[in-house]
Amino acid sequence: MTRFSAWNVFRNGLTGQKGWSRQWRDPEPKKHYDVVVIGAGLHGLATAYYLAKNHSVRNVAVVEKGWLGGGNAGRNTTIVRSNYMMPGNREFYEHSLKLWENLSHELNYNVMFSQRAHVSLLHSPAAVDDAARRYNTMRLTDSDGELWDLEKLKHTIPYLNYGPNSRFPIIGAAVQRRAGTARHDAVAWGYARGADQHGVDILQNCEVTGVTRDNDKVVAIETTRGTISAGKVGFAVAGNTSRLWSMAGLGNLPIESHKLQAFVSEPLKPLLDHVVVFGVGGAHFYISQSDKGGMVFGGDIDWYKSYAQRGNLPIVQDVAEAAMSILPCLGRVKLLRHWSGVMDMSMDGSHFICKTPLNNLYLNAGWNYGGFKASPASGWYFADLIANDRPHPVVENHDLQRFERGINIDERGAGPDPKLHG
Amino acid sequence: MLRIKCPFCGERDHSEFSYGGDGSIVYPALDAPMQDWVEAVFQRENIRGMQTETWQHVNGCRTWLLVERDTMTHEIRSVRAAHPGVAKALEGSS
Ligand SMILES: Cc1cc2nc3c(=O)[nH]c(=O)nc-3n(C[C@H](O)[C@H](O)[C@H](O)COP(=O)(O)OP(=O)(O)OC[C@H]3O[C@@H](n4cnc5c(N)ncnc54)[C@H](O)[C@@H]3O)c2cc1C
Ligand SMILES: [Zn+2]
Repeated sequence: MTRFSAWNVFRNGLTGQKGWSRQWRDPEPKKHYDVVVIGAGLHGLATAYYLAKNHSVRNVAVVEKGWLGGGNAGRNTTIVRSNYMMPGNREFYEHSLKLWENLSHELNYNVMFSQRAHVSLLHSPAAVDDAARRYNTMRLTDSDGELWDLEKLKHTIPYLNYGPNSRFPIIGAAVQRRAGTARHDAVAWGYARGADQHGVDILQNCEVTGVTRDNDKVVAIETTRGTISAGKVGFAVAGNTSRLWSMAGLGNLPIESHKLQAFVSEPLKPLLDHVVVFGVGGAHFYISQSDKGGMVFGGDIDWYKSYAQRGNLPIVQDVAEAAMSILPCLGRVKLLRHWSGVMDMSMDGSHFICKTPLNNLYLNAGWNYGGFKASPASGWYFADLIANDRPHPVVENHDLQRFERGINIDERGAGPDPKLHG
Repeated sequence: MLRIKCPFCGERDHSEFSYGGDGSIVYPALDAPMQDWVEAVFQRENIRGMQTETWQHVNGCRTWLLVERDTMTHEIRSVRAAHPGVAKALEGSS
């Protein structure tokens, strides 16, 4: 496998681009792996990479029903930030952000991580106070966060709707400068290439159809490409977690599958240098501009539970209305594409990286719609859990039993209703 | 757009309604063991396929409904008022 370097780009430029090799193999499934990770989204691929890299566990397969990165990995709006406040979450997301900062070097693959700042608009003195609390807490966790007053915001992003007649006048912003966006496909490809390089088999077009148990142990998984026996198994299938869980005969989970849409406009000349977020009075909207010029944006989930990777029209209208209320200059811009992905919404809006009732089965799920930014740390801590068979202290409360212990890791304070989390 | 046939108002766009959640949950008695409450409040079957769910016709008659809907195809099989008395009173009326 050819490494990417300035020299290789130059050399291949002169030799007709003939010197590149495949980025990863397309192997036949082996009969047995020490670890089988199910789901080649960002979390499954990152897990395999860190299993090999950090723990020298190399007889690993990642089993994927479609193509790698074809799930939520390739459908998200690519926002990366660490402005979380709850214990456990804030250490986890800050660790993730630090991994992002070095990810292109780590993987020798340009994931186009762009720390363009995440700007959350604020509309009331109470919201400013709340943001001060959250961003101060972040700073105590070795992260960064600052508050901008209206003057600074107007100076930096002059074309937002500052009109005095707007329904929710903007009075300032909470900003995380180290936050930003990345190229989602490149992250999947970079982790896949890195894992493959360490000997991990990535088995695509290989759907898991059954989980074979011997009492409280998984012995094998049934797939459309045959039976694969496994020493340990990890689930990282996002919106399909409940289906795998029931294949393993494990009953119910604190998770519901909901869909979220994303939108991309026709390409424009450079307009927006930041990630801008608008969330007040039931509206929810976030926007950035891709390197190709498309405005990439989204809003709330479709509100009712669904496994269909297909969005509904009322949300298109909602999101367009929110866009118009903060960026009226987009009024004549055409929408190019929109799509949806199925997410694993949890009961408190936080994730699970934990052991399960089966001795050698591990769970990675409950990412709601914030799992893109989480992917490096998710792989890091999930690999650590699988290799050492015990949770790292940072994720020790991110287990399935936390609700019975009276612990809700609920950033929004929305209560046990998956559709209310974000 | 889903179209939900409210037994009181007739067929309307789903944007007139608000989704509740899994309609199969039976809440335990107040003095039931903690585990039963954990199950009811936090654990979900999360069916892919036909599920019974609650919706409220918030921008209409405000009745709470029980809707049988496929969570994969979005096909709606049946709609009835969640309150058995209301359901009975509305039977055959729409
Ligand atoms: C529209 C949208 C916008 C989003 N925006 C953001 C954002 O701005 N910032 C952010 O941080 N997060 C965002 N997210 C969330 C983020 O994309 C997800 O939380 C994250 O990608 C989930 O992890 P994953 O990549 O491993 O999942 P996926 O890519 O969905 O991977 C799961 C994989 O499991 C496979 N699978 C399922 N069942 C089986 C089976 N039976 N056998 C084999 N394989 C199976 C699937 O095919 C899939 O490839 C967004 C999500 C969506 C849908
Ligand atoms: Zn009605």
